[in-house]
Amino acid sequence: MNAELVPIPHTWVLALSAVLFAIGTLGVMLRRNAIAIFLSLEVMLNSANLAFAAFAYRFAAAHVAAAAALDGQIFIFFVIAVAAAEATVGLALFIALYRLKETIDVDRFNILRW
Amino acid sequence: MAAWVFLAAAAVAIVFACLAVVVRNPVLNVLSLVIVFFAMAAIQVIVYSGAILVLFLFVVMLLNLPRRRRLGKGRPLQAVAGILLAAVLGGMVLAAAAILPAELGAVLPGAAAGGTATPIGRALITSHLFVFEFITLLLAAAIVGAVYLGEREMR
Repeated sequence: MNAELVPIPHTWVLALSAVLFAIGTLGVMLRRNAIAIFLSLEVMLNSANLAFAAFAYRFAAAHVAAAAALDGQIFIFFVIAVAAAEATVGLALFIALYRLKETIDVDRFNILRW
Repeated sequence: MAAWVFLAAAAVAIVFACLAVVVRNPVLNVLSLVIVFFAMAAIQVIVYSGAILVLFLFVVMLLNLPRRRRLGKGRPLQAVAGILLAAVLGGMVLAAAAILPAELGAVLPGAAAGGTATPIGRALITSHLFVFEFITLLLAAAIVGAVYLGEREMR
């Protein structure tokens, strides 16, 4: 690594993660298009990934243990895998629901209600 | 130098995350999310933009949805609750970031000697082997589930 590059504090990354998570939460709460809700969910998952990365970076700096620093990175890998599985099943669900109701507006999905 | 790069990437990520959430055109939402992921980590382009978001784009274009009503319109209670929840959840992490000592990070162990991918890959198939195998099972189950749900005749 170049010696003249000054590393940034991990708290900055954590703050960015917080802002992105808040934006994702707003999207999940306010959007009615199911795909837009899903996209907001992806923003939230990625802000969590960013927090994992920030703490991996922090523990690498603290020299706690090499394994502890790696755990954060490995968790990001798992989160991405789970997000991929979730996107696959979710989008298949939306296509099935669209065939049923001709819309993916979540306010219209009340077919489970007595 | 690194700080400016980070701040620029952070600004791009926040602006395009807002666009991805607020704009009513679903195709624009997906495309701005691609830019968010690129700003956050270029490596994510491989899995996220390359696979997941292409899937999203495919579904958006397949369904050919009409544009929806304005964000939060007609649901004032939910709008207020959403803004409160976002403020509380985001504020908690922000507060944690403010309380934690702003120590400088460092490169991961092994980054100097041939990149970080080697220790990560090794840890993945040794100490995290069970979870790794479980993830493969999860992905297989997701594929089967998606194929079943996507069948034209719902049984």
